[in-house]
Amino acid sequence: MKVLVPVKRVIDYNVKPRVKMDGTGVDLANVKMSMNPFDEIAVEEAIRLREKGVATEVIVVSIGPAKAQETCRTALAMGADRAILVTTDDTVEPLAVAKILKAIADEEQPGLVILGKQAIDDDSNQTGQMLAALMGRPQGTFASKVEVDGDSVTVTREVDGGLETVKLAMPAIVTTDLRLNEPRYASLPNIMKAKSKPLANKTPADYGVDTTPRIETVKVAEPPKRTAGIKVADVDELVAKLKSMGVAA
Amino acid sequence: MKTLVWVEHDTGAIKDATLATVTAASKLGEVHLIVAGSNVGDVAEAATKIAGVGKVHVADDAVYDHVLPEAVAPMIVALMGHHDAFLAPATANGKNIAPRVAALLDVMQISEILSVEGDGSFTRPIYAGNAIATVKSSEAKLVVTVRATGFEKAAREGGSGTIEAVSGTGEANGSSFVGAEISKSERPELTSAKIIVSGGRALQNSENFHTVIEPLADKLGAGVGASRAAVDAGYVPNDYQVGQTGKIVAPEVYIAVGISGAIQHLAGMKDSKTIIAINKDEDAPIFQVADIGLVGDLFKIVPELTGKL
Repeated sequence: MKVLVPVKRVIDYNVKPRVKMDGTGVDLANVKMSMNPFDEIAVEEAIRLREKGVATEVIVVSIGPAKAQETCRTALAMGADRAILVTTDDTVEPLAVAKILKAIADEEQPGLVILGKQAIDDDSNQTGQMLAALMGRPQGTFASKVEVDGDSVTVTREVDGGLETVKLAMPAIVTTDLRLNEPRYASLPNIMKAKSKPLANKTPADYGVDTTPRIETVKVAEPPKRTAGIKVADVDELVAKLKSMGVAA
Repeated sequence: MKTLVWVEHDTGAIKDATLATVTAASKLGEVHLIVAGSNVGDVAEAATKIAGVGKVHVADDAVYDHVLPEAVAPMIVALMGHHDAFLAPATANGKNIAPRVAALLDVMQISEILSVEGDGSFTRPIYAGNAIATVKSSEAKLVVTVRATGFEKAAREGGSGTIEAVSGTGEANGSSFVGAEISKSERPELTSAKIIVSGGRALQNSENFHTVIEPLADKLGAGVGASRAAVDAGYVPNDYQVGQTGKIVAPEVYIAVGISGAIQHLAGMKDSKTIIAINKDEDAPIFQVADIGLVGDLFKIVPELTGKL
């Protein structure tokens, strides 16, 4: 069974994003970029499935600028077998991403597609569900546990108030939540080895997908700022404040 | 514009997030609702009473019981034949269903809106709430998820909607519900609690959560939350987590105990009306957003506070 894992190049999660002065977006010039953290978890899960003998091949896909090749190489260094890089300098919305992934899935016929539940730049949380819809296949979103058994996969999901478990017929689409696993670091020998692993270069046109955005970003602004309030000296003062607010009798 | 709003319910009560979504929908036009599941007669009846509601579509079928998107999405897509917008609260269910609906309609979804700006435009948070984007859709139909904290709740009474049964039955192609472990608590649910007491890594262990945080919460009738650090350390279950990757809350009062105030936590609670922080580190970032701060040892302060309230 093949496992397909899409990976996105995004601002590193440790970097505080800065809104551009002209309000057109977030400044990404000279900012450290990394693989989307939820996608790292997806890559890790796929590699573990191969290590358990459940999966035979892990294929990563990245859709983005030429530099997204680095993101592919990171996934290959973690242990993925080969990569497909779909290059475009346009902003590709989740629906267009899902259409490209659908075309790739049609070619590769994976048993599982494992995606991060959302990217930490646009925070859309859509691509996995959209891909499942386009493929007409079941979806297990926000996964904290994935167990493959024959031709089905049991997915434990993080939902409001607790956990929920669903059983899906494969091929199926899984999106990862934070606690599914802890991704490994690539070792130096594996980083070297990753450089010679196969990477296919494609464009959205190769898959016949129009990536023209459907949503226009009118402006991007800083969120309203909270300002620091007062400090109280002791518990009595805090109690008095709470009482004056009507929080306590 | 005719809108269709997903009613989030637990077969007994309609969840507050639905009411906020009704408010968002009413800014776009006529509000219709969809209630799905078996034995949802009472829920549908309650839905007709929500202020400003027109038709309440009812899909009474056990296939929709666990809100499997494989079954629910096609049913909604059929209803979208005579609606212009689909709105779902940005709950686990809403986030699971809406993009599936959008893709089947071949439209781009707008996720987690904070406001309706008119003329097809909305605001939404990006980069974990570090930036707010104003976006405009030119799609034939709108598919939107709504961040409940951004909107007032519509009144549960005062409406006079009419019930209309959804014909046909769905099928959960390839997906089946196995089970759920939903934590039961006497305390108010985080997303609708008026007061929240949250603990961080400084609590040190699960035991201290029970003996320090919970008595204060119970005294105030508050919900109990936690930072991601406290959840990852195993002090409390995952569903306690407040933050960008957990629950987004906006209570009247948010009391952060032993929470440093990482960006990811602030993203989940910075819309609270009043933030109170108790932390021994006076330079902790939480104090930069707190309305009232108290510097000191939480193990002394919190029990004293609980005693004096």
